[in-house]
Amino acid sequence: MIARARAGAGARPLALGLLALLLAGLALGDARGGFGLSGWLWTLGAWGCAWGCVAGLAALNPRGALLHRAQRVGAAVIFGATLLFLWQAITVGAQVPTVLLPPPSMIAERFAGSLPILWADFVQTFVRAALFGYVVGCGAAVLAALAIDRSPFLQAGLLPVGNLVAALPIIGIAPIMVMWFGFDWHSKAAVVIVMVFFPMLVNTLEGLKAAERMQIDLMRTYAADYRQTLLKLRLPAAAPFLFNGLKICSTLALIGAIVAEFFGTPTVGMGFRISTEVGRMNVDMVWAEITVAALAGSAFYGLISVAERLLTFWHPSQRR
Amino acid sequence: MGALGPVACVLLAILAIWYGAAMGLNMAWERDQAARAKTSPTLVEMLGATMAQARPVLPAPHQVAVEIWQTTVQKKITSKRSLVHHAWITLSATLLGFGMGTVLGIALAVGIVHSRAMDMSVMPWIITSQTIPILAIAPMIIVVLNAVGVSGLLPKALISTYLAFFPVAVGMVKGLRSPDAMQLDQMRTWSATGAQMLWKLRWPSSIPYLFASLKVGVAAALVGAIVGELPTGAVAGLGARLLAGSYYGQTVQIWSALIAAAVLAGTLVGLVGLANRIVLRRMGMAR
Repeated sequence: MIARARAGAGARPLALGLLALLLAGLALGDARGGFGLSGWLWTLGAWGCAWGCVAGLAALNPRGALLHRAQRVGAAVIFGATLLFLWQAITVGAQVPTVLLPPPSMIAERFAGSLPILWADFVQTFVRAALFGYVVGCGAAVLAALAIDRSPFLQAGLLPVGNLVAALPIIGIAPIMVMWFGFDWHSKAAVVIVMVFFPMLVNTLEGLKAAERMQIDLMRTYAADYRQTLLKLRLPAAAPFLFNGLKICSTLALIGAIVAEFFGTPTVGMGFRISTEVGRMNVDMVWAEITVAALAGSAFYGLISVAERLLTFWHPSQRR
Repeated sequence: MGALGPVACVLLAILAIWYGAAMGLNMAWERDQAARAKTSPTLVEMLGATMAQARPVLPAPHQVAVEIWQTTVQKKITSKRSLVHHAWITLSATLLGFGMGTVLGIALAVGIVHSRAMDMSVMPWIITSQTIPILAIAPMIIVVLNAVGVSGLLPKALISTYLAFFPVAVGMVKGLRSPDAMQLDQMRTWSATGAQMLWKLRWPSSIPYLFASLKVGVAAALVGAIVGELPTGAVAGLGARLLAGSYYGQTVQIWSALIAAAVLAGTLVGLVGLANRIVLRRMGMAR
């Protein structure tokens, strides 16, 4: 009886999802050449069914970690697909000027058609400027934090200043860095280094305080020296904070590299492409570039999250 | 007292490093000039000259201070050269965007806390939305909206909104969920409705979280407004001052705009912190 009820509960979102797919297909078929009343009805219907599907899915209470995970991923994916569908249907159906907002299909076409350019931009902006600056900036911040940590005086003085600087619009130094280090990726890397330094510094300092008095005392009873205490107790205890900083900085790095390119670049790079193609009203190319940025940013963030889960599995926020 | 001494020392050290760096970086130009003019000034003379170049690689702090003084106090506020005028333009976009971002963030958080479906479907995308370097879209939003006829404050404010809503949404989801099971059960025994539960329990307990997120949000909104001013062709605002300065090599102007932005950010964060303290004290939550 219970088993049948549960199967029945799962069937409803499934049916709604299929219905949503069908209606979405009808709407997209209708969209060519503009929507009539039926097109709008199909779109609204598909939207409603998709929402019902997500709601039904969320109301399920699956047993087992794997099913639970599938439920969460499924709900998120369906919501994302719904947004994408609405974007496509409305831009095509209501004949929104493509300059204003091109439909996803057009962006995908442009994306597939200009892979070599996008790849070159990606290497210039992400691999050279953002990644290099990120590694150097975060590394320098951790080392600086370790140095500061040994002196209470510097700690008391630098932490408030660091907190203030972390809130400042550091992106504004981009023109200065471009002047100092030239148009190529070095200046962008310099902007990224400065941008990620302070958030990382503040987080590392915060993390180095995470080890408890008792634990440090215990290390002392083991006659552990500074290096041993640092490596075996304090750095592991600081890891959640370090990863928090690394995650914040991963987004900052990409932003810094792209925005710095608005102030002058060689004729390659994501920021360069965005600002020139906007000027030529090639909005689909801009969106293709933004897709690259989004994919790169999400993948970068995702990688750090995976590393975090592997290395700080013991922390309460990672437990399930 | 406590932190005041060390902070002052650190600030003095920064100032000293700045002067030292200005001398070092501007020296090459002075040497070059001396070689061209076939003169051989003494080291002290050259060091003195590095402090007063028209377009230094790194302006000395007092040059920036003089520039700020001239463009704030000695210019009329309505003048196009007044830094106050530009700061106000940036500030108005920041505040509008910050306000919209806060409202949007709170609305999303309330929805997410009350609907399991929204929690599962919207929340992951809110987090993903921030891994996208949104500032990259800033020029497009500005130019495209300009082409449709929307210009001025709103496009910039929209970018600020996008940057400000995220910390508020995430912080408020945490805050609205901060009442523990006992308190929620207590409300239930009083047969409180969902709205009452929200208004009388969840909302008050989320206030500390709200202010923590507002501090992050207002700083992010300022960055959004500044970057939003870059592609408008350098018309007005602190971002435009930065861009114009970089076009014409006016380093002193860049640095003074930068300092103005920093002061603005510090003031805004400070004001939020002050509001935080006052509200928490009035609510009896001050520690």
